[in-house]
Amino acid sequence: MAVRISVKRFQLSISTSYQFLAPAAIIMAIALFFPLLYMVYGSFRAWDPSQTLSESEFIGFGNYTKLWFDATFWESVSVTLRFAISVVFFEMIIGVGLALMLDRNMRGMSFLRTLFILPMMIAPVVVGLMWRFVYHPTDGTFNRWLSTFGLDGVDWLGRHALLSVIVADIWQWTPFIFILALAALQSLPRSALEAARIDGASSWQLIVYIKLPLMMPVLIVTMLLRLIDAFKVLEVILVMTEGGPGLATEILALRISRTAQEFRELGEAAAMSNYLLLLLLFLTLGMLAFTRWQEARAEREGRRAEKEG
Amino acid sequence: MAANDSAITKKGRAIRKDRMIRKPDSTSRHDTAIRDSLSKLDIDFHFCMHTIPIGCNKTIQMPELQLCGLVKRYGAVQVLHRIDLHMEPNEFTVLVGPSGCGKSTTLRMIAGLETVSEGEIYIDSRPVSHLEPKDRDLAMVFQDYALYPHMNVANNMSFALRLKREPKPKIDARVREVAAMLGLSDYLHRKPGELSGGQRQRVAMGRALTRDASTFLFDEPLSNLDAKLRGQMRAELALMRQRVQKNMIYVTHDQVEAMTLADRIVVMHEGHIHQQGTPVDLYERPVNRFVAGFLGTPPMNFLDVELEETDGKIFATDGHIRVEIVGELSVRARKRPSRNAVLGIRPSDLSYRPEMVPGRTIDLKVLVSEYVGTRSVLICECGQARFTVEVKSETPIALGETVRFAVNNEFVHLFDQSTALAI
Repeated sequence: MAVRISVKRFQLSISTSYQFLAPAAIIMAIALFFPLLYMVYGSFRAWDPSQTLSESEFIGFGNYTKLWFDATFWESVSVTLRFAISVVFFEMIIGVGLALMLDRNMRGMSFLRTLFILPMMIAPVVVGLMWRFVYHPTDGTFNRWLSTFGLDGVDWLGRHALLSVIVADIWQWTPFIFILALAALQSLPRSALEAARIDGASSWQLIVYIKLPLMMPVLIVTMLLRLIDAFKVLEVILVMTEGGPGLATEILALRISRTAQEFRELGEAAAMSNYLLLLLLFLTLGMLAFTRWQEARAEREGRRAEKEG
Repeated sequence: MAANDSAITKKGRAIRKDRMIRKPDSTSRHDTAIRDSLSKLDIDFHFCMHTIPIGCNKTIQMPELQLCGLVKRYGAVQVLHRIDLHMEPNEFTVLVGPSGCGKSTTLRMIAGLETVSEGEIYIDSRPVSHLEPKDRDLAMVFQDYALYPHMNVANNMSFALRLKREPKPKIDARVREVAAMLGLSDYLHRKPGELSGGQRQRVAMGRALTRDASTFLFDEPLSNLDAKLRGQMRAELALMRQRVQKNMIYVTHDQVEAMTLADRIVVMHEGHIHQQGTPVDLYERPVNRFVAGFLGTPPMNFLDVELEETDGKIFATDGHIRVEIVGELSVRARKRPSRNAVLGIRPSDLSYRPEMVPGRTIDLKVLVSEYVGTRSVLICECGQARFTVEVKSETPIALGETVRFAVNNEFVHLFDQSTALAI
């Protein structure tokens, strides 16, 4: 009897949890899976914005093959990869470095921390406008500053457009990594750090052998988030360069929006989005698989050593 | 009657002699005693039997440690008031006191984890208070073990040696040696997260032992363990103590740990050192009421009394009881101008003697009996005050009954009522 009651209770609790999950699941279905499926469906059609989706013509993998052999599309992919990898690389180094330096109790530290995360709070369009001003060939902050030293101005948004865009993105998003790294640092076990100091670690060794390895799980997730975000960045670049000059800064997200709006090729834009989605999926899964593999390898080695010992 | 009396005193002396034997150099007896207690605790004893003693080259003189006028302030709050302490080489010093007494702060200042506000720490007459922890040649065991969670046991233990860039074969040999001594050989490749509390404790100990530091610091290393494991680890620590001849400073709030492990106990309270000395010294001759009440379980009974002289004998009395003060204490008591005092009697210095006539006895009404195995602790009423008495469990005592107990007069204590200092 008692057993049956407990089984019933158990079932009840399971169904209750599904009930509580339902609202979120429905919203997810409407807001995420429906557009996704719609996009996948549309990517197989020659679809003009003036048509409804059912009126458009089915062309199979036409959009995909067209893109595959389009050199300018591959240029966009390459720009996107170069942009994303370099911004994440530098943001990680600067953000984690700042966190390591500012993880201490100093007068005015909380004020400084707030100051550091300000760039992240500014609207992307404003960031774009601001940097466009900073980079202005004649009146821009940088070039005027250079001219006071008697140096020639640099053609920031012309010849060095990608570099300039990367610098702007680093400026805006380093704080994100900084606050997450700082939170990770402050949750580290205090006594383990003290033990390492007594064991003879210099502050540099403390960082390399204790702090960074212990922060690693947080840092990996942070990096993934930033990487995914960097592949989708749009507004700042749109405002600063509109993808130019030429295709120098035309990252995929920008190309997708232009294909859809200027060239009115919704099907092709959808196919491009799917390529981007697949790229991100591979990157994310690849990174997770890599960390899994490393953990598994460490464990295997430990076991083998245990057997031998 | 008189025969009975002398029997009590003899027994009392015998107990105390036994306490006095506890010196680190009388290894054989000490070892046997610990081995007995270990076997009682049902411990796997293999690791103690065939191990290589490490770091116990007795010819090497370990440095002396000295604290001079050590002061610690946090802002306006002063938590340590001029601590002076001199530790002999190879001494096992236990800092003991209730929480907030400054014992951990003192230890952390020696370790270099807290800055020194005033005063100086000397290791071998060399001032060290400005040095980084790593330059002080110390090893420390933390209360929460403080293991490196991302390293396996072997790497945890070898961390300090690897930082020093010692040759790898030497490190491996050293780790294996220490692991064997602590019974950790089978766990060398586990992460701390995969170990039990007791095993983690041992790894923490092993990490300190692996590096050949001159001074070991222990910050309440056993307080996170459950009672049984704590007893077990205490015995293991005592064993380790015999093998490793190093300066050891041990902080605890547990007076049992202090009594069983220490060569020298330092009792601290509210940032002051109240008394220091051997466990026997402190137990038998506490300088004040705080030390007397802190050491010994169950704690000493205190009673406000008046001293009066009858027929050339000094008695302490409060209306309900009347205890004769004998020996040197009576001489000192007689010299005092004030008649008021506090009488201190340890629960073990009272014994069940229903047949004795009044004189060296007190009558107490038994309220509660706490059975703890072979001994029982009786909580009795004595006027307004409570009195605890420790008796053998087979003693036939009924609750609510008024029972006559004999007082072991030689071991009673008197304290000044206002200063709390021992008379």
